[in-house]
Amino acid sequence: MDFAVIVNLSYLLAAVLFILGLKGLGHPRTAVRGNMLGALGMLLAIVVTLADRQILSFGLIITGLAAGALVGTILALRIQMTAMPQLVGLFNGFGGVASTLVAGAVLYHVMAGNAGSGLQQNLQFTIATVASGLIGAVTFLGSLVAFGKLQGIVSEKPLRYPGEQIVKLLFLAASITIGVFIVLDPTRVELYWYLSAVAAVLGILLVIAIGGADMPIVIALLNSYSGIAAAATGFVLSNNILIIAGSLVGASGIILTQIMCKAMNRSLANVLFGGVGAVVETSSEDDIYAGKVKQTSAEEVAMVLKSAQRVVFVPGYGMAVARAQTPVRILTELMEKDDITVEFGIHPVAGRMPGHMNVLLAEENIPYDKLKEMDQINPTFRQTDVVIVLGANDVVNPLARESAGSPISGMPILNVDEARTVVVIKRSLSPGFAGIQNPLFAADNALMLFGDGKDMMEQLVSAYKEA
Amino acid sequence: MTDTFTFINIITIFVLAVFLGFEVITKVPPVLHTPLMSGSNAISGITVIGALLAVGSGKETLTLVLGMAALIFATINVVGGFLVTHRMLSKFRKRD
Repeated sequence: MDFAVIVNLSYLLAAVLFILGLKGLGHPRTAVRGNMLGALGMLLAIVVTLADRQILSFGLIITGLAAGALVGTILALRIQMTAMPQLVGLFNGFGGVASTLVAGAVLYHVMAGNAGSGLQQNLQFTIATVASGLIGAVTFLGSLVAFGKLQGIVSEKPLRYPGEQIVKLLFLAASITIGVFIVLDPTRVELYWYLSAVAAVLGILLVIAIGGADMPIVIALLNSYSGIAAAATGFVLSNNILIIAGSLVGASGIILTQIMCKAMNRSLANVLFGGVGAVVETSSEDDIYAGKVKQTSAEEVAMVLKSAQRVVFVPGYGMAVARAQTPVRILTELMEKDDITVEFGIHPVAGRMPGHMNVLLAEENIPYDKLKEMDQINPTFRQTDVVIVLGANDVVNPLARESAGSPISGMPILNVDEARTVVVIKRSLSPGFAGIQNPLFAADNALMLFGDGKDMMEQLVSAYKEA
Repeated sequence: MTDTFTFINIITIFVLAVFLGFEVITKVPPVLHTPLMSGSNAISGITVIGALLAVGSGKETLTLVLGMAALIFATINVVGGFLVTHRMLSKFRKRD
């Protein structure tokens, strides 16, 4: 049998493994196996590619694989769970830049007179090369900026300036124009690097204009881009497995992006180009808060908790920043010993990546069936004695429900104000990412526990033990 | 003629794979959003195959250099992605 047949049949098997893997990742029971099936598919694809007779430079390849595997393993095993959003962002970027580099390498190879061996300089090849360079470079630099924002190297605030959208459009137009020139005359290989450079700047501009709270959407979108870039590289090489795996990831990333957008009641266009973070005129702080905010102490909260039957935690990004999840778990265990039901209400966009809170709480061995989605937890707030809001703000702001015209109007929120008592652990009354006041803090049933999340939770744990 | 035929073939595969991708990932519980993202991200490291082919067939220095850089980035993406997903998933457990 022709070796190419064996290779392509193995690619088909790898594609099936990827599909089963992705399907498995969608259900808690099958997720671990799904991930392994995906890894198995990848291993198969790599091994069969290496077995191809056309492969010459084995020494180099083994070196490259070993170096990449070493760095990847170290990153994956050493990373703190709290730094997971950054790491996922960084990996997205690496996938993107790999696509750009491969397309560039192949373009150079073909233009140096090495057509044949499945590679042909035709319209499909040149257009795909341009797409791969463009999307890959946008993904790479976009992901690096996202990484910087999550790591705190780049400001989380959206960078906005007059004529911003026009500047972005100009860079997009410029990269497409260069792309057209490459398609017209692919022998001008140097143009490919100009294309990648312009696209890289576009990637920076796109993500730097997006604020920290919108990061879950950005990370999901960049995930999709890295898949699309791989698919484009598949068109460059006329390689089925790249096309299939790339488009599967591209599609799943878009679905995740849609889920995130829906959770914020915003369109993708609004996230990418829109105005959250822009200044909005609302009632002044005094109107809402004056004389109505009740401050409390850890001791008082501990007393309230002691007499409760049902307690719900609502964590937000503030919990991740303060690394307060350990005392949260300790307090949960203490309360459960006293037969108090404890659950967690998780807003879909809480944190900085999709599912961020779930990962942090899972790290603390909190069973995932205690972590309730918004639709599950909302009907239960009326029967809840105490809600502890820890480092969340906009996702519990009743303004989203009540008044039109605020930046968060229409965003589905956790209706914590329906509970008998709401304890809000927060450093100050400062507004959340949306930049608006939160009437919850002044509600009759709300108690403010001012301070650092971790510090306050630890005080609460010791106060609860003594109460 | 063969060019057109190849193109039709792979664009068919592409379109079908996109539809399949939308169908496979429909209702994912939020608890799995992060693992799904990092797991699928590892799969998008499939570019590693392209990098292998580029390095494997490369005769020109530039092709080799670019291919090697791509190979290292893509391998980090693949190995790191699958491993970190596994690490995350191993933390998820049901109430005992």
